[in-house]
Amino acid sequence: MERKIYLDNASTTYVSNEVMAEMLPCFNTLYGNAGSLHSFGRDAVAILDRARDRVKNAINASKANEIYFTSGGTEADNWAILGVAHANANKGKHIITSAIEHHAVLHACEQLEKEGFEVTYLPVDQYGLVKMPELLHAIRKDTILISIMTVNNEVGTIQNIKAIAKIAHDYGILFHTDAVQAIGNVKMDVQDMEIDLMSMSAHKIHGPKGVGALYVKNGVRIDPITYGGTSQERGKRSGTENVPAIAGFGKAIEIATRNYLINNKKLRSIRDYFLEKLKEKVEYFQVNGHPHQKSNAILNVSFYGIEGESILMLLDLAGICVSTASACTSKSLLPSHVLKAMGIPDDIAQGSIRFSFGTNISKSDVDYVTDEIQKVVAKLRAISPIQAGRI
Amino acid sequence: MYSKTVIDRFQNPRNAGGMHGANAIGEVGNAACGDIMKMYLKIDDNGVIENAKFKTFGCCAAIASTDMACDLIKGKTIDEALKVTNKQVLDLLGELPPHKIHCSILAEESIKAAIQNYYERKEKELKKSVKKPVNYV
Repeated sequence: MERKIYLDNASTTYVSNEVMAEMLPCFNTLYGNAGSLHSFGRDAVAILDRARDRVKNAINASKANEIYFTSGGTEADNWAILGVAHANANKGKHIITSAIEHHAVLHACEQLEKEGFEVTYLPVDQYGLVKMPELLHAIRKDTILISIMTVNNEVGTIQNIKAIAKIAHDYGILFHTDAVQAIGNVKMDVQDMEIDLMSMSAHKIHGPKGVGALYVKNGVRIDPITYGGTSQERGKRSGTENVPAIAGFGKAIEIATRNYLINNKKLRSIRDYFLEKLKEKVEYFQVNGHPHQKSNAILNVSFYGIEGESILMLLDLAGICVSTASACTSKSLLPSHVLKAMGIPDDIAQGSIRFSFGTNISKSDVDYVTDEIQKVVAKLRAISPIQAGRI
Repeated sequence: MYSKTVIDRFQNPRNAGGMHGANAIGEVGNAACGDIMKMYLKIDDNGVIENAKFKTFGCCAAIASTDMACDLIKGKTIDEALKVTNKQVLDLLGELPPHKIHCSILAEESIKAAIQNYYERKEKELKKSVKKPVNYV
């Protein structure tokens, strides 16, 4: 059989057996609507409550009712930005975010700009860290929300969330963080980190797709962005709850936080071994992102003189699945906004490949992958008009 | 996403690599949009393209398009080569996703850039040959 190696765990992950076992009964046995009063409905409510409790414990929220299930990370981000802005528009119309956020945040901010809000996009340094002086500089009297992601999805840099949250609260501003990539990779404690709103997603941590959650601290004013029922999610998020997916999410986040330490140790050793092998076999590349303050699961590498999509395709033909931020894969034909914000020149950004590891990767997998990378890079450099050594 | 021809041409390009003794070299594109194409042509005294090679920094579609463009112009005269359009490249490749059509346009432009370079070189040679007797006087 052809060898397949999946190194794209930051895009999505497989659903683990434990999670699947948790979900299966919810499809055909416990299939009630949580809004119903009868026994089937009550069973569904019990499943939701248990999942909510698990999420609450995983992020150390003070109450389970601070967790609102959504259709995923994007909805959670959209809702946090739009909902807080709409509910607090009387206090001010200024929002601060960073240039390297996920599009779920950036496009929501663009929508607010159309509605008359002002948004400041904070610059980042060469490692992808938000510049603190710039943040202090950007804060105004009418700032109502600061939204900074915890772990960047492309380069893996971890922001100084606690410090940023503290600054926000010093000025009486709400703080939201997109923790979709952080859950399982970084210890998230919303009370200790003073987070007001936090977006999460299930399918990055071996849970099912199509489910996520927004943590909203009690007392934070937020408007709904969906309208319909008044009973679901305390009237804040209408639509029948996706009970099987939510059950799976609860289990997945419980496992991810339970195995946080051991997983991180594994991922770190995989990543370090990978980088060591890559340095042995390939010349002229750079690692993007912070040297140490970053997620152990993500390694973003720019190979000089060649283009990301062609590397991706050749690796795919060898059974290796990775992802790239090069312009060619996006329909906009612009290189990654994250790498651009970090000041990486276009020709280097175009050659970027993101390897995101799972704990199921073995040393022999890494050996195979780095061997293939060596071949692919040599092949593409032979037909490239740019000389890698000259960059 | 890509047709079989595109994948095949990308994996095993027939005309990849530089060329020694090329007398027309054209380069188009820029790193910001992700494609740089360099076309090397050898054009004989009768204006017939003897050989065509390319070097491309870019995606699958870009590499496959330039490879196909090289095939299209080999053995043709300059006038015929100038008439090659991106539509012909597209037809031979089968199909490209909509946002990759510009790769075939770039391939067409790279042919034109190479031919322009050929005429520029010719012009230089002519000027030199005119100047030479003046220097000896």
